[in-house]
Amino acid sequence: MKARYAATILVAGLIFFAGYAALFIAPDERTMHLIQRIFYFHVPSWMAMFTALSVAFIANIAYLATHKPTWDSWGVSAVEVGVVCCTIGLATGPLWARPVWGIWWTWDARLTTTFILWLLYIAYLLLRGLLDDPEKKATLSAVFGIFAFLDAPLVYVSNRLWRTQHPQPVILGGSGSGLDPVIGKVLLLCVIAVMGVMILVLIDRYRLEQLRREFEELRMEYETLNLEPSSIGKERL
Amino acid sequence: MSTARSCAILLGKELRLEFRTRELLSATIVFALVIVVLFSFAFDPTAAESRRYGPGLLWISFLFAGSLMLNPSFARERLNDTMDALRLAPISPFAILSAKMLANLIFMSLVEVVLVPVFSVLYNVSLAGVVLPLILVLILGTIGLTVTGTVFSAISSHARLRELLLPLLLLPILTPLLIAAVEATASLFVEQPELDRTWVALLAGFDIVFLTASWLLCDYLIEE
Amino acid sequence: MPATRSTSRSGVSFLGVSFAGIEKRFGSFFALRGISLQIHSGEFVALLGPNGAGKTTLLRTAALLAAPTRGKVQYTNSEHPGQPLDPSATKRQLGMVGHTTLLYDELTAAENLTLFGQLYGLDDVSARVTNALGTCGLGSRAVSLVRTFSRGMRQRLAIARALLHGPRVLLLDEPAAGLDRAGLTWFSATLENLRKDGCTVIMSTHARNESLELATRAIVLAAGTVQHDSGEQGDPRPLLAALRADA
Repeated sequence: MKARYAATILVAGLIFFAGYAALFIAPDERTMHLIQRIFYFHVPSWMAMFTALSVAFIANIAYLATHKPTWDSWGVSAVEVGVVCCTIGLATGPLWARPVWGIWWTWDARLTTTFILWLLYIAYLLLRGLLDDPEKKATLSAVFGIFAFLDAPLVYVSNRLWRTQHPQPVILGGSGSGLDPVIGKVLLLCVIAVMGVMILVLIDRYRLEQLRREFEELRMEYETLNLEPSSIGKERL
Repeated sequence: MSTARSCAILLGKELRLEFRTRELLSATIVFALVIVVLFSFAFDPTAAESRRYGPGLLWISFLFAGSLMLNPSFARERLNDTMDALRLAPISPFAILSAKMLANLIFMSLVEVVLVPVFSVLYNVSLAGVVLPLILVLILGTIGLTVTGTVFSAISSHARLRELLLPLLLLPILTPLLIAAVEATASLFVEQPELDRTWVALLAGFDIVFLTASWLLCDYLIEE
Repeated sequence: MPATRSTSRSGVSFLGVSFAGIEKRFGSFFALRGISLQIHSGEFVALLGPNGAGKTTLLRTAALLAAPTRGKVQYTNSEHPGQPLDPSATKRQLGMVGHTTLLYDELTAAENLTLFGQLYGLDDVSARVTNALGTCGLGSRAVSLVRTFSRGMRQRLAIARALLHGPRVLLLDEPAAGLDRAGLTWFSATLENLRKDGCTVIMSTHARNESLELATRAIVLAAGTVQHDSGEQGDPRPLLAALRADA
């Protein structure tokens, strides 16, 4: 419990500092000015999304291999957190694109991939909602999750070949990329802070899912104990 | 018994069931035709316009028709629990899945065999000289569509609202397939048609990735 | 063929089944709560109990259709008791009549049986199908779609389907449901023959059913546990009589 409070306070401090650094410490960008600062949250949210969805992919595989319900909890929690990060990325992107590119949206490879991933993982959550039997829900959504994750590189490659105008990553482009080193440092700080938030939320979401599972079991146990054997519901669900 | 042999037996059953009534096939063909005809009101079907929009229209109608047609593939095994009967038999789960994939591949190809000539006439797109490469693109695209579609039909057959759910699961996953198939088809509809190999390779890649994944995961789809 | 271990060259095998601590949960609902039973080859077990007691679930785990959440179902040949059969060899020896018919309504009676005969890898499929249809009294309706059959005819075909590959273990879930008088007579005679052949039968049923005369053991389930078991050597009749009096 203490560790949780400490972690929460640490991450809260980090994200405040990251916000301050992004707005006031990072140097002004020559052509884009203020709007460029959205990057300090846009890029980290994209990375957080990718991390969360990778966790979901691993959890999906682990569930199919072991049939342990905890992996299902990890899977659904990671997808939910990933979808939230994805939504942040999709919302901050157009805010930047409008003044810089002059358009809200473009069908560029990275944008399209993110958008399709967003649709796919929302479909994953919908699918879970529409499956009643918990075991079926876990197994079938894991299979779908694996398919969705495998699709991501294909979506990316196909769009890349098709057309692309998203700015290439110059941050990690070495010394020759013409960037103020402070930008890199601030961005790193933001990445760590946003990742921290993502991980905290993910762990909490996982706990919630486990509690929900436990509660459901206790409730059923209680109901079974209070019923006549003959009225215990359907034999085959 | 080998997977191939049990798959062949089950494929025979799937074809017999469908060709006895041809309900699914005729409904799908009519549906695809409706889409193709309706599109002609959405843009002016002159030769130049058709070359621009034709490939997209053709593949969109296949994808929509497929996402409807694939739905009963597993759902109709629920009547009388015939899936249980198949699972009781000493055959591999992949035989059950692959027989359905092959059957759907055949049904979807039949839909395309009807639809492509109609499209070519209605939209003034000449297919002379590009028939063979077009068939290659159609086959590769249809394999990808039916492989993923059959797997998702197995998934959605257990869910509520399954008719609505299947397109929802299937269509976003098919994005790379749609782009590649449309671009490959478009490379055949221009003045000097030449098959774009990059897109064909991407289509083949899509097929291989998802066929392998469904082979690896089929136990979980068929088991209860 | 991996079935050689189960079928000795004389062509007959004697299979028993053991349930070891079977638990089956559907989500948080316990359908079976720890069932341990040893059923030996040649036993005819009547599985009784109220609706929801877990009879169907137990039969489905026995048929390898549903994997138990905990515990193990194992089939052993009485000649080699130490070696449990692998799933594929087991499936070849199992015949099941389920709640529903497990038949394709849009195929004819003969097509249904042929399909399953082929899936079980039988070599004399057409002869077996003709024979099976004749015995169950559907010879004249071989080429009619199952859709056009009455409830009783469907049930007869469902039983014929389960017996087609000559299984050594029969899992019957209320098999007499829907059978007419002639069908019942045929079914009782069939069961008696199977028992004489040394087949193991587990049949879920109601206490009033006539075929119970054949039972060598009665097991009563309640709320996913074994409530009564007349035992391997025991006489099931007092238990059955008590249940009948209850009903």
